[in-house]
Amino acid sequence: MSNVQIRFLVQPAPALRRSTGVASEDSMTAAATAPPVRRHLHPPPVAATPFPYNSGSLLSVQDLTLEAVSHLLARASLLENLDPLVRDRILLKRRVALLFYESSTRTRTSFELAAKGLGADTTLVSNLSSSIEKGETLKDTGLTLRALGAEAIILRHNSSGAPWLLEEATRLPVLNAGDGMHEHPTQALLDLRTILAHLRPGIEAVSADTLAGVTVTITGDILHSRVARSNMLLLPRLGAHVLLCGPAQFLPELATGAGPGISIERDFDAALRQSQVVMMLRIQAERLAGQQIDLEHYKASYQLTGQRLAAHAPSALVMHPGPIIRGLELTAGVADGSQSVILEQVRHGVAIRMAVVERALADSSTKAGRA
Amino acid sequence: MSALLIRNGHLIDPAAGVDGHRDILLKDGRVAEIAAAGKLKPTNGTESLDATGLTVAPGLIDIHVHLREPGQGYKETIATGTAAAAAGGFTAVAAMPNTSPVNDSVEITRWMLAPERGAHVRVYPIAAATRGSKGESLNDFAALKSAGAVAVTDDGHPILKDSVMRETLAAAARVGLSVIQHAEDTRMTQGASMNAGPMAFKLGLRGMPPEAESSLVERDIRLVTELRDARSHLHVAHTSTAGAMAAVRKARRNGLRVTCEVAPHHFLLTDEHVGFYNTNAKMNPPLRSAADRDAMIEGILDGVVDAIATDHAPHATHEKEVEFENAPNGITGLETALGLCLRWLHKEWKLPLGRVLSLLSAQPAALLGLKGRGTLAVGSFADVVVFDPKAEWIYHAKETRSKAHNTPFDGWTMQGKVRWTISEGRVAYTGA
Ligand SMILES: [Zn+2]
Repeated sequence: MSNVQIRFLVQPAPALRRSTGVASEDSMTAAATAPPVRRHLHPPPVAATPFPYNSGSLLSVQDLTLEAVSHLLARASLLENLDPLVRDRILLKRRVALLFYESSTRTRTSFELAAKGLGADTTLVSNLSSSIEKGETLKDTGLTLRALGAEAIILRHNSSGAPWLLEEATRLPVLNAGDGMHEHPTQALLDLRTILAHLRPGIEAVSADTLAGVTVTITGDILHSRVARSNMLLLPRLGAHVLLCGPAQFLPELATGAGPGISIERDFDAALRQSQVVMMLRIQAERLAGQQIDLEHYKASYQLTGQRLAAHAPSALVMHPGPIIRGLELTAGVADGSQSVILEQVRHGVAIRMAVVERALADSSTKAGRA
Repeated sequence: MSALLIRNGHLIDPAAGVDGHRDILLKDGRVAEIAAAGKLKPTNGTESLDATGLTVAPGLIDIHVHLREPGQGYKETIATGTAAAAAGGFTAVAAMPNTSPVNDSVEITRWMLAPERGAHVRVYPIAAATRGSKGESLNDFAALKSAGAVAVTDDGHPILKDSVMRETLAAAARVGLSVIQHAEDTRMTQGASMNAGPMAFKLGLRGMPPEAESSLVERDIRLVTELRDARSHLHVAHTSTAGAMAAVRKARRNGLRVTCEVAPHHFLLTDEHVGFYNTNAKMNPPLRSAADRDAMIEGILDGVVDAIATDHAPHATHEKEVEFENAPNGITGLETALGLCLRWLHKEWKLPLGRVLSLLSAQPAALLGLKGRGTLAVGSFADVVVFDPKAEWIYHAKETRSKAHNTPFDGWTMQGKVRWTISEGRVAYTGA
């Protein structure tokens, strides 16, 4: 490189020229006036994720191959039908901690029954019963539980990503029982089991086209819903088409970028007409972060009523992860109606969670590293 | 009388237009003599460094670092932060005022400059523009300048109110100080912890829209335009969005005194690098989209960007080992800037070495008016970095001189290994 070249190339902002000894042309640099030129750049790649550290963990539905999903579905059926006296020897006296930073009667009880059904000892640690030490970090709580002998931790947390933090710190099998606005993988698995039971009875080994031709509409507060995220990341991998439905406030356009097989239909009736399955979500008032919502307007557009269902989707399955708010996202008639499988979902939940807890403790191995 | 002779190195001094083999004699903290390689002989009492095969350049200047003192010595001190600076080839750093308490006074500015702080390289305090950086009432810029402040900013926070920003630009211009804006319309970023986009949606995190940055840069440029006669200098800190870069480019076309800096992480990484909640990829402004990242590279390559600045923001390990949304913003940067700039801007994207070095020394010095820095012309401060431009090495955060380890570049390949950093004639760092 020649001196002349350097003098030409190094030109500070025009306003600063007077104070520097750098050569300059007239009022403006050629460089700064030129429109940007598109170059072919090769930026640094994104590193492969080290997660999960423990092969027994279930942090995201994305951790599971379709083979693993098939295996879980098969084990769920087998465990569900097993003699309870035989079943409770499978994880006899193994120690499972339930670490709950949010109240959730449904999920907590379901996991607890699942673990106990396999013979495991469970301990509930919850911020509601103040059994979590005040001010202690999630990392320290996790390490304490591990030191106490916990072999797996089932975590419900109000912050998205908390299970990743806990797994990295403890290297134990961590089961994500719902993290912030992010994921709820066992819910997606139990929803899948419910859908299969009705639309593909007898099928447990799933593949990329098991749900080909099936459209699943998820309606409501998508933005804040971990159930929606886990389902939209799992169901398209089996060939289903996921239609998201809701107002822009709850459903940003970029939601379709979460993965393949996801699209948006803001007209609920139009979505219903295409759907074999409709999942209703509740409005998460606690996550609205100061936003206001006109409930009457919302209900007029998105409430699932008997009339709407009969007119547009008379044979679709009606699902809801619970807890439901009757009269808001759906009417009592729909919740209790013949198309509703809401309580079936709850039953499938225990079976799926038995399979997931069994997998966590079965032959979990930890990647080398600090722990 | 201390003297140091650097022999037979390849001197690149963009501001002086030098690019060739030279001997350089440093004496009493200044550059005393420059001659063709082999011409200068060490005399009695003169130490000498053999720079054969090495590049010799003006010491690097980082105009955006957080040294955490006063008040947060558990994260970093002026001594440890400047030790990291020296290890990274930096001989001058401009320290942001978001300390505890905020540096909004002559006393704190002087305290930071006191020899007891143990700085290894030159520290230039940047003072708070407003009392407590609360964005309401202006500080006494003339007094702060005479105490040693080289610019004003409320970094960490924006100066949000139009009226306060207008006053700040006008008042700073009257005393010849630059105004550095942390451009973030915080009304759009409440509760957000990463860039708004598909990745934030997927991770279930609230996002900061790029417009939060670009709209404030546009507002500030409008104010500079209105104050044209005042000759205000607006400097946009840590530019991260294509919109802000376009606004600066346009302002420059209109001949305004508007400059900007870009941090290495913003021209290298995107929000995809957040991965699964890596808190060492959390900073403010956040890692943006690929299109924004590409706009940063274009801005650097085509000359709109005036400086590479690291936004070195050390935090204690325990502060980062928490839920993503609860983790503090910021990453360290002083030890990785040169290695990343040479590896990517120079080697990968073919930016001439002289321009890379200028972005890291001559231009930031000019931008803040740091007299006698950013060049090795005779009479300048004897601030020198000597590095092996060809050496590739791996950065290990655990070997850092900083107190903090919060970097997304742990384990990354760097190019260009610092052999000596010389601050005002003293060897401040000797590398392997
Ligand atoms: Zn800032």
